[in-house]
Amino acid sequence: MLGCRDASFAYEGDIAVSGLNFEVRGGDYLCVVGENGSGKSTLIKGLLRLKAPRSGSVLTGGGLRPNEIGYLPQQTAAQKDFPASAYEVILSGRLGARGILPFYSKRDKAVAEENIRRLDLGSIRNRCYRELSGGQQQRVLLARALCATRKVLLLDEPAAGLDPVVTRELYRLIETINRETGLTVIMVSHDIRSAVRYASHILHLRKTQVFFGKTEDYLKSETGKAFVDGNCPPGGERYDGNA
Amino acid sequence: MTETLELVWTRLMSALLRLLQIVLPDVLFEMFSYTFLVRAVVVGLLVSLCAALLGVSLVLKRYSMIGDGLSHVGFGTLAIATALNAAPLTVSIPVVVAAAFLLLRLSENSKIKGDAAIALISTSSLAIGVVVISLTTGMNTDVCNYMFGSILAMSKDDVTLSVVLAVAVLGLFFLFYNKIFAVTFDENFAKATGVRTGLYNMLIAFLTAITIVLGMRMMGALLISSLIIFPALTSMRLCKKFKSVTVCSAVVSVICFFVGVVISYVEATPTGASVVLVNIAAFLLFWAARLIPWARLGRTPLRLIAERRNVS
Repeated sequence: MLGCRDASFAYEGDIAVSGLNFEVRGGDYLCVVGENGSGKSTLIKGLLRLKAPRSGSVLTGGGLRPNEIGYLPQQTAAQKDFPASAYEVILSGRLGARGILPFYSKRDKAVAEENIRRLDLGSIRNRCYRELSGGQQQRVLLARALCATRKVLLLDEPAAGLDPVVTRELYRLIETINRETGLTVIMVSHDIRSAVRYASHILHLRKTQVFFGKTEDYLKSETGKAFVDGNCPPGGERYDGNA
Repeated sequence: MTETLELVWTRLMSALLRLLQIVLPDVLFEMFSYTFLVRAVVVGLLVSLCAALLGVSLVLKRYSMIGDGLSHVGFGTLAIATALNAAPLTVSIPVVVAAAFLLLRLSENSKIKGDAAIALISTSSLAIGVVVISLTTGMNTDVCNYMFGSILAMSKDDVTLSVVLAVAVLGLFFLFYNKIFAVTFDENFAKATGVRTGLYNMLIAFLTAITIVLGMRMMGALLISSLIIFPALTSMRLCKKFKSVTVCSAVVSVICFFVGVVISYVEATPTGASVVLVNIAAFLLFWAARLIPWARLGRTPLRLIAERRNVS
């Protein structure tokens, strides 16, 4: 459904990540793990076609159009004090499907309502986005992403800055969505323990693709063992993430 | 054709005048008996409406200084237009629009960062404008008028063009309101889900450039950016939704402009500066209102009491 063939990405000549060869199938739950600066966020940008590969190609199949990927980005500083209601934010997820048409249709609003119900956001829909807690903000952004897609959901560090309880709830929510609707989930995460608990597949990056496969196989592999235990990975540099 | 239009126009105006005489207090009636003031107020109200709407997006996108930069570019082109004896609006608009696109590009991807680029361009065009003026007419009251604005600056042709352009800006803003929200709130998400963010950023820059050129001669090159920044910041003190911020800043802006013009007429103060002072007053008022708990929470006192009862 979505994948890379021999792809590499670069910023002004400096290779950020290379040797990418993987494919995600419908209904998979893929976790992209690796240290800071290992190319995870770059890969996400590539999959969203915000960044063109320097070599190789990004593949889409199964009738997936580029604007059918739901995306949960890392929050920017400007958003933290943005005057917008949760509902306005959620509904804006439908814009990609609108094309040039200026206003939302009844169907767009129905899809928004459906996702508000699914993520239990009814009580905060008219609240101001900047006054919500971190976990609520992430749920609003998740609802927006779900408004944009029925096929693939891309999450970039969804648990950044959340406390452990809220983090666990968010991971459970994502797992439920993946299991119940068959939505493909691709998540970038620092949190290796949660990654191996929830994901069906793991993609491990260290400037290049170190491992791609099922989670069970990852836990048996050398890279996997070393990374999960928080020891020095065989490659050399010490893992300094906050797993 | 034009004669009939003229006739209809004068009939309309005289009917309006009679109506105004009944409704308005003496000061306002006296003020509106000057045609040039009526023209200036009509254009000013439209421009302040446009500026307020665009301002919400610009302030939230951290592009506030673009307005300031563009007005300096406008100053430069105005000086050159006067030197060449050309129509000021027709020279200024294309150049300022080009500058807006350039600034947008620079702030997106460049080695020179956005704020430095704006400072660079605005001071350059200021310098060019000043040199051109001093070489042609010499430093005189013209410079002062360009800098701080003059209510007398609008000719009849200018008014027609200004009204047409301002209405076009309002129409485009209305049509693309949802897109502008998406591009303002989260450009990466919008782009990833297939919204053509580049296009809408250019639209915002384009509309801003036109608004600034239209308002510049009345408000002054140094003061026009206040029309963009103040109403948005003022309404953000109290409003919590993007839509209510937008509507509120439009209303605040129009009211402030009108009050400012009336004050400038009564007290014989410069128009641009008077409008800015009224805007400052409105900002302080909203800021103070925020300190009252029910205003901050967006609740009516009755609901607040009801909620307290529920809690206890």
